[in-house]
Amino acid sequence: MTEAASPLWEVFVRPRNGLAHRHVGSLHAHDAKMALQAARDVYTRRGETLSIWVVPSSAIVASDPGEKDMMFEPTASKIYRHPTFYEVPDEVGHM
Amino acid sequence: MYAQALNAKDLTPLQAEDPAKLAAFQARIDAEEKIEPNDWMPEQYRRTLIRQISQHAHSEVIGMQPEGNWVKRAPTLKRKAQLIAKIQDEAGHGLYLYAAAETLGVSREDLYDQLLSGRAKYSSIFNYPTLNYADMGAIGWLVDGAAIMNQIPLCRCSYGPYARAMVLICKEESFHQRQGYDIMVAMCRGSAEQRTMAQDALNRFWWPSLMMFGPHDSNSTHSELSMKWKIKRFSNDGLRQKFLDATVPQAQYLGLTIPDPDLRFNEATEHWEHGPIDWEEFGRVLAGDGPCNRQRMKHRRQTEADGAWVREAAAAYAAKRRAKAERAA
Repeated sequence: MTEAASPLWEVFVRPRNGLAHRHVGSLHAHDAKMALQAARDVYTRRGETLSIWVVPSSAIVASDPGEKDMMFEPTASKIYRHPTFYEVPDEVGHM
Repeated sequence: MYAQALNAKDLTPLQAEDPAKLAAFQARIDAEEKIEPNDWMPEQYRRTLIRQISQHAHSEVIGMQPEGNWVKRAPTLKRKAQLIAKIQDEAGHGLYLYAAAETLGVSREDLYDQLLSGRAKYSSIFNYPTLNYADMGAIGWLVDGAAIMNQIPLCRCSYGPYARAMVLICKEESFHQRQGYDIMVAMCRGSAEQRTMAQDALNRFWWPSLMMFGPHDSNSTHSELSMKWKIKRFSNDGLRQKFLDATVPQAQYLGLTIPDPDLRFNEATEHWEHGPIDWEEFGRVLAGDGPCNRQRMKHRRQTEADGAWVREAAAAYAAKRRAKAERAA
């Protein structure tokens, strides 16, 4: 085959106003316009969408799962960042 | 089901895996954690998934053909619109699945090439012809019904992207099964001729539908590992039993006769039991010698070749636009 492989796009849809765009999958397309059209055909056939984003997959910078301890562990050890760390005197009631 | 041909031999031998990594991986699986694309996984897990997901995708794509046969001859505009919507869903399911397979490091072009060259398999069921319009009912009711039995547990598959694709697919598959049964109900309530057509469709699709679940557990070599890795949640025979128990009463409601003289209800187990399945036929169809294998592949290759100019034009247009933008910058 001599055909050029088409780039990969990630698809995000917003099902309702008030909700964030959510990743639903990916697809191949040669340009943004075709990616948007294909996203509509592939991911919104049941009227569950108000808005679509398509992003070239190559534009996404992702954290390395191998570095997840270094990246995310500190939040677990800093328990004073959570409200439950602090005791409110009973007399004060709900806070 | 869609991975009926998982027993095919790998060409490249597997390297031995690091036991510590393997144990950590199994612990994650046992804890019901999902495996995501960039996580470490055993090579065998990756290969099994690529094969299973791509066979599933190919099945969705080839599965458009038996139904495509009746679009222009659907009895009413409503039935025609429903059929087109269903076929469009199958194309979409194929795309979700190819995208899920690509997260494992294969390209869609490669997978597609495997289908077109005949190296990859698809479900045996799509190699049977659709001879009368009631087949559209039987396919929706039985084939999609069998598919749902298989796909609902796949929504909890250990591999995240596959599980997420299956959630999308299952939502749509339910429409497929119900529209199929709706056709059967309409035909069974219709004229004597329509009832004969409905019975004929059931006669031809019953056994191939039972075969969709794949070989008996005693003959299914890859099952054990797939169960251990939670790629698969239920055994072939377990799913076939669920399908049988759900479907027999639906056939009775329609007033149709299931073409199995040995079919019986076991009072002790409260399950339906079917007669012997013709595994020779299954093997033949899977190996490429079913009623429509050649026709399906010929049509797929022709369609691929006919569409080449569209893909080339899209690529050329995108390249032209890119060049123009670069000149302007």
